Amino acid sequence: MAVTEAELSSKPNPARWLVVLVPYVWLLLFFLAPFLIILKISLSDTAIAMPPYTPVFDGFASFGTFLSGLDFDNYVFLTEDPLYMDAYLSSLRIAIISTILLLLIGYPMALGMARAPTTIRPTLVMLVILPFWTSFLIRVYAWIGILKPEGLLTLILQTVGFLGPDEQVQIFRTEAAVFIGIVYSYLPFMVLPLYSALEKLDGTLLEAASDLGCPPWKSFWLITFPLSIPGVIAGAMICFIPITGEFVIPDLLGGAGTLMIGKTLWTEFFGNRDWPLASAVAVLLLLALVVPIAIFQNQQQKA
Amino acid sequence: MAKSLGPVKRKFSPWTDPNEKPFIRFENITKTFGDYTAIDNLTLDIYEREFFSLLGPSGCGKTTLMRMLAGFEEPTSGRILLQGKDISGVPPYRRPTNMMFQSYALFPHMSVEKNIAFGLKQDGLPKDEVTARVAEMLKLVQLSQFASRKPSQLSGGQRQRVALARSLAKKPKVLLLDEPLGALDKKLREETQFELMDIQTKLGLTFLIVTHDQEEAMTVSDRIAVMDKGVVMQVATPAEIYEAPNSRYVADFIGDINILEGKATAVGGGLTKLDCDGLAIAVADEAPCTAGDSIAFAIRPEKVAISLDAPADTSVNTFHGEVWDIGYLGDFSVFIVRDENGRTMRAAQANIARLVDRPITYGDMVWLSWKAESGLVLTR
Repeated sequence: MAVTEAELSSKPNPARWLVVLVPYVWLLLFFLAPFLIILKISLSDTAIAMPPYTPVFDGFASFGTFLSGLDFDNYVFLTEDPLYMDAYLSSLRIAIISTILLLLIGYPMALGMARAPTTIRPTLVMLVILPFWTSFLIRVYAWIGILKPEGLLTLILQTVGFLGPDEQVQIFRTEAAVFIGIVYSYLPFMVLPLYSALEKLDGTLLEAASDLGCPPWKSFWLITFPLSIPGVIAGAMICFIPITGEFVIPDLLGGAGTLMIGKTLWTEFFGNRDWPLASAVAVLLLLALVVPIAIFQNQQQKA
Repeated sequence: MAKSLGPVKRKFSPWTDPNEKPFIRFENITKTFGDYTAIDNLTLDIYEREFFSLLGPSGCGKTTLMRMLAGFEEPTSGRILLQGKDISGVPPYRRPTNMMFQSYALFPHMSVEKNIAFGLKQDGLPKDEVTARVAEMLKLVQLSQFASRKPSQLSGGQRQRVALARSLAKKPKVLLLDEPLGALDKKLREETQFELMDIQTKLGLTFLIVTHDQEEAMTVSDRIAVMDKGVVMQVATPAEIYEAPNSRYVADFIGDINILEGKATAVGGGLTKLDCDGLAIAVADEAPCTAGDSIAFAIRPEKVAISLDAPADTSVNTFHGEVWDIGYLGDFSVFIVRDENGRTMRAAQANIARLVDRPITYGDMVWLSWKAESGLVLTR
């Protein structure tokens, strides 16, 4: 019997709901629930106990005392000690500079890939993805080997004659090393969305611009760039958000002077074992990132 | 050319004037892509204010030829002269030509107004001049009320007009149109054809149009170049192309035609006599061939009369057979007639009377007849 499309869609289909439900349940269990736990811990007080905070939720019988044990002391403390605000601002600064560097390096790369002959494009995309085949951690460790004073870079520059035999490259444990590590690690995340936006660009638009008297360098700014903005925004977002919370790269390549919120968070959790304060830092970091993203998303949908 | 139509009265025919200089000249142009030859030693003159069509099937090199004039491709050898000046090596953005692209290539992030203003801004024109010119163009294509819309908010016909306005805004010396009406439906296409002709006459520009649609080429052009495999087969006015095609290829490509292969039996006295497998045909033209040459006889179906009785005039050519099929086209009916040797010939008859009154039907034995002046001899 023939079933029309309308009949199909009007029938309640349990399988369809299942498909939608699975990811939502997943997010609920592994994103929202942990977030609520962190939020709760951030409102608790530190204690020398197991777990290291009070109050602990132990059933609804004493729910009233449990609630009265929660307060915003940790958040107040964060505003009182300039260390945290400095760490937030420093993270934002490093993330902004890194994102700009990534754009400056990634855009020409993506453009070159998109303009390459169609036969070699898949190979170029493969080369961009290739680093993912090794562990991220190992790749960052490899940079230590390159950047340290007696490392590969020093050796090469000495061999070339750029540096004297007893001179060394002083990059390791500086902010410059952090930028190198971040740009290196996040470049594929910037290049791929840019490439997908640029690859879709209709080449006849550039021909039309040229035909109307617009030389190529100008048509880049008038046609190519404006039409690639969705890719620029996607790439910038995908890089900026995780860079802000980055912990591994500043920890391994940065020095004592590189202050980042991810590192501060780590120290509070594992060094000072102050879970409530660390949770407060985490909640604020999340809000600092989620709110602008939500506003941005909203704007995008309207446009 | 197989035959001359004699002096034709034309208001505009600079190509017949030997003192007239061509506006655009393609001189011994060859273009190869790897092993593939897209254009093969082609020479072609186009005159000022001419509406010129490049007509041919896809892959015949017509688009490549146009792109070379726009500057997107450089000829492998040969020269392109515009007003007598060699424009080889001049980049597209410095050529006084503008192109209307097949896909329209409207800038999706700009409004209709900004699309049209784009070329004018590149010339660094003052703002008020740009605004005035854009308004003028919008009026020309009747889109004034859509000025601030984005291309995605327009219909196909409106986009086509924006593309036309944009390419006309800079008053190019030559406007290139690449399959300009291909994406429109039949009715809109026909309307737009007349609009294009109107605009061309009004603005006094030279139009070069690339199309695979023979009807479109016939309607709009002053002259047509029929191309095949990188070679120009014939350059002539629509009427000449239709009435006096110079080859089997052109005859077959343009309109409907009966072609019978045969041998020349006698040439002379203003006549060419042929023998097409036992069917003797006389054509009132001295073809450039001698008796015994393999040539073809061709005649348009509408020039063939059909009757139930043998024609009284014995001087005409005849073909006797059975009505095999009738194609009813509304304004015309095409009769496919088959003789005892299995040869078929088509005759078209205007449906002056209504269908019910038609005397000839399937299976009738009929006579097809035509005058010696109506047919053609094709030697190529």
